[in-house]
Amino acid sequence: MPDISPLLTGHLPAATAAYWPGGYWGHWAFYTTALITFALLMVMGAIYIERRLLGRMQSRLGPNRTGPFGLLQPVADALKVLIKEDIIPQPADRLVHWLAPVVAFVPVVMIFAVVPFQKGALLADLNIGILYVVAVSSLTTVGIFMAGWGSSNKYSLLGAMRNVAAVVSYEIPLVLSILGVVLIAGSLSLNEIVLAQDIPFIFLQPMGFLLFFMAACAEINRSPFDLMEADSEIVAGFHTEYSGMKFAMFYLVEYAEAIAMSAIISVLFLGGWRGPLLPPWLWFVIKVFAVFGFMVWTRATFPRVRIDQLMAFAWKFLLPLSLINLFVTAIQVLTIPDAPWLVFIINTAVMILLVIIWSGLFKVGWGRVEV
Amino acid sequence: MGLAAAFWVMAVFAVAAALLVVSLRNIFRTALALIVCFIAVAGLYITLSADFLAAAQILVYVGAISVLIILAIMMTREVRQGNPANRPLKLPVLAVAVVLLGLLVYVVVASPWQVSGTPPLAPTTGPLSRLLFGSQGYVLATEICAVLILAAILGAIVLAKEKEE
Repeated sequence: MPDISPLLTGHLPAATAAYWPGGYWGHWAFYTTALITFALLMVMGAIYIERRLLGRMQSRLGPNRTGPFGLLQPVADALKVLIKEDIIPQPADRLVHWLAPVVAFVPVVMIFAVVPFQKGALLADLNIGILYVVAVSSLTTVGIFMAGWGSSNKYSLLGAMRNVAAVVSYEIPLVLSILGVVLIAGSLSLNEIVLAQDIPFIFLQPMGFLLFFMAACAEINRSPFDLMEADSEIVAGFHTEYSGMKFAMFYLVEYAEAIAMSAIISVLFLGGWRGPLLPPWLWFVIKVFAVFGFMVWTRATFPRVRIDQLMAFAWKFLLPLSLINLFVTAIQVLTIPDAPWLVFIINTAVMILLVIIWSGLFKVGWGRVEV
Repeated sequence: MGLAAAFWVMAVFAVAAALLVVSLRNIFRTALALIVCFIAVAGLYITLSADFLAAAQILVYVGAISVLIILAIMMTREVRQGNPANRPLKLPVLAVAVVLLGLLVYVVVASPWQVSGTPPLAPTTGPLSRLLFGSQGYVLATEICAVLILAAILGAIVLAKEKEE
């Protein structure tokens, strides 16, 4: 049989695929099913955790009536949106309006294709893994754009335009902070990056972790960067005109993106599936939920930024700091490649110094009073 | 055979999307068709074992350039159904396009293409970076490119900046 599966899944090493009955195709079918199931289950867990944790942080209970501890609340929500009426506005561009949720959803699921759950347990061990993640995740923007344009609603359009401003600006510090990790690991493959982490890279790249976390939160529009769906200003942003299952798709995209970014952060900075005692996949899930819990914490803590603050933060804070981080890391890789603890001390000192100096340049409100 | 099938699927998608780009009147859908075209070209790169190039194509052309095109469309409401000022130029444009297409087809068919006997490199990232930044490679050209782009950006900022009265 002619072998075209590398076209679909990238360059699969024979070692991971050969164990499966049916070779490449068995491997491909198993992992595709498993990954979609995993993503959907994690999203339900994430929604539950977010609502309960937010409730806890805001001194209230959160959903606790459906099932034990409110565990069945995501199921009830899913059933509710499934039977809701699907409304399309009269002046909408019907084709674009219909396609938008699908275009937004597909790339998010595709990110999981290169995430390693155990040693070698991943759909496709691409040697350009992290570049693939960055490239594919930038596709979601197109779906959000289509939603904003196709709805023929000024609030939707405003939300979509805010999104592009955020994504284009934050992509740069996001990629630059990944480069520090790539320099130390010496590979773009996520599997290789995990194998290189005898010490989790959060210790060797503390500033890289901080910058990546902030840029990722902005990239996937988590609060405090959720300007594109700021309900106090522009109703619900790009998905104002969506209802029923299509709205549920966008809701799904939002949380699947958060889980995907948490997974990428775990892989890049927290050692992925590596850890003592517990089985590797359990470590991975724990780390993903820990990072997601941290995202919920930031959401409950910080107020939403303004659009000019959002831009200034990307270009005047994240960009110069990520450039300096890349420069420092490059010098360290060339001069002291075998002294991780020295690197740890230097990088932590550099991070604390730079963050203190740079945050002195910013003032809350910036002296402007607007009514 | 599998490679050929993948090539034909990608080629048909790319050409069909490109035709939609020039024929659709709704300019937003035109931009979307352009994105499909870019993705199909990225697929062609994958069939040629150029995985790094494919990812860069998606990242730069779909993630950045198309998004900026769409943003420009959103800023200019009036041209939504195409620019009527270009209508009188229809025939000359058609003539130029036909001549260009004929030339390209002639060159592609008439040139004796050489097929390299060496198998494609498996990880392309390493050799590519050595070519771009290595001492034996094109490091000077790469750096000059970067400076050129920076100068262009600065020029654009100067042009677009509001005049201070």
